[in-house]
Amino acid sequence: MTYIVEMKNVNQSFYTDSSEIQVLENFNLKLNSGRILAIIGPSGSGKTTILNILTSLIKPTGGEVIINGKIGYMFQKDHLLEWRNIIDNITIGLEIQKKLNDEAMQKIERLLKIYDLWEFRKNYPKQLSGGMRQRVALIRTLATSPDLLLLDEPFSALDYQTRLLVSNDIYKIIKNEHKEAILVTHDISEAISIADEVCVLSKRPAAVKKMYNIELTIEGEKTPLNARKAPEFKDYFDALWKELDVYD
Amino acid sequence: MTNTEKSEGYKQYLWQKKKKYTILFWQMFLTVGFIGIWELLARYEIVNTFLVSSPSQIYKLFISYVADGSLFKHVGISVWETILGFTLGTLLGIIIAIFLWWSETLAKILDPVLVVLNALPKTALAPILIVWAGAGIQGIVVTAITISIVTTILSAYNYFIHVDEDKIKMLKSFGASKMQILTKLILPANVANIINIVKINIGLSWVGVIVGEFLVSRYGIGYLIVYGGQVFRLDLVMMGVAVLAICAFIMYSIVNVIEKYISQKE
Ligand SMILES: Nc1ncnc2c1ncn2[C@@H]1O[C@H](COP(=O)(O)OP(=O)(O)OP(=O)(O)O)[C@@H](O)[C@H]1O
Ligand SMILES: [Mg+2]
Repeated sequence: MTYIVEMKNVNQSFYTDSSEIQVLENFNLKLNSGRILAIIGPSGSGKTTILNILTSLIKPTGGEVIINGKIGYMFQKDHLLEWRNIIDNITIGLEIQKKLNDEAMQKIERLLKIYDLWEFRKNYPKQLSGGMRQRVALIRTLATSPDLLLLDEPFSALDYQTRLLVSNDIYKIIKNEHKEAILVTHDISEAISIADEVCVLSKRPAAVKKMYNIELTIEGEKTPLNARKAPEFKDYFDALWKELDVYD
Repeated sequence: MTNTEKSEGYKQYLWQKKKKYTILFWQMFLTVGFIGIWELLARYEIVNTFLVSSPSQIYKLFISYVADGSLFKHVGISVWETILGFTLGTLLGIIIAIFLWWSETLAKILDPVLVVLNALPKTALAPILIVWAGAGIQGIVVTAITISIVTTILSAYNYFIHVDEDKIKMLKSFGASKMQILTKLILPANVANIINIVKINIGLSWVGVIVGEFLVSRYGIGYLIVYGGQVFRLDLVMMGVAVLAICAFIMYSIVNVIEKYISQKE
């Protein structure tokens, strides 16, 4: 069977004049199609490094990375360009890839309408709330039609309530557009409520400490908000909490 | 219900507005007062008019220079040299800054040269530059460029390398080339900074032009000033300085209007 993402024995070290830090040591990871994977782990364990390797922003020191499909990266901050209006911010990826055509514009128009940003398309980023900006950043990533979304703590800049609502929105967007996603987060409940699988990393050098398949009993369609009400939620939370707690 | 009673905040606002006029009034009052007292002191020969001239004398001189058209020739040449100086200085400086941003190695190699040039008072180079470039407009413009280009390079380069690293990463995640990072991020992110550089360069360029004209020219405001000094016509010197101040102020205001227009568009 083919995976969307496969990392085989990946090693990553960073060198400075005074020392060498090994961040990843024989790291292995697989992602099936149609799934959302959450990665949780202690701060500095190498989560961002994994995403940077998958996006080719850095080249691993060793090992093999296989990716079937195109990647879209969504960062912790929205990184909207203040001098461009919302539409122009969204099209920047397409401009760079020289794929800005009518078809792409129609797709963007549809996404803007679905996610309540259509009236704001001519506004500038500073006129938008944090949650709206984050949705704009997601649409900017989706506009280039990636197959796999990488999300690096995309909600951490938001207050708690907005965070719940935006993660709900973004979950819907990912599922509606039939994407795979890898979500890096510090928030255990966020990981359980959004992901199909949760991967717990060990301290540096990072290795996969444990994988959990999240199976929740939910009436009707799953959303991150109603996932939190599932009876199994608390058990997963306790289990993951313990996994992370062991280090201190 | 109509709100006849003014709120505290609104009163405050009106008061602020009034204060603006008070400030303007005092500015006018001081200017008029200064010129008036100067004129009176000169007229009753309490001060030596040979040394300080008098406003009416300067004005008469100004009118005569306007009447025979020579003022426009002098102003025209100086303004033209200044415009050439700061546009070329800014453009070349920014282009060089782009090269430095493009190649970190180049930036490191040139770093000591730039630091030394920056510390050096560039006016000291004027005599050499004028000999090299020719004792006409070229020499003066080259002097003006030299004075503005070094600070332009250093400050523009500094602005360029301090653009948010993460925004570069964002563009790279879409596969952006270095050229695209330059045109879609580095330059647009620094429009306001570049306007500031232009403002500074107008001043620096005037320094270059005046120094250049002191040295070689037979025309221009700098020539008027230095000529007036040589023949002890201090009214001519003072008129030259006043005209210079007005020209610099007008140029600065034009850039301010452009700046307002750009920031409004954003
Ligand atoms: N370019 C780099 N040069 C040197 N060291 C680096 C570099 N990038 C990351 N590191 C180091 O690698 C380690 C892992 O960093 P990484 O950003 O992947 O952690 P993280 O798991 O994302 O942490 P956090 O949860 O705090 O975001 C850290 O100790 C960091 O200091
Ligand atoms: Mg991180």
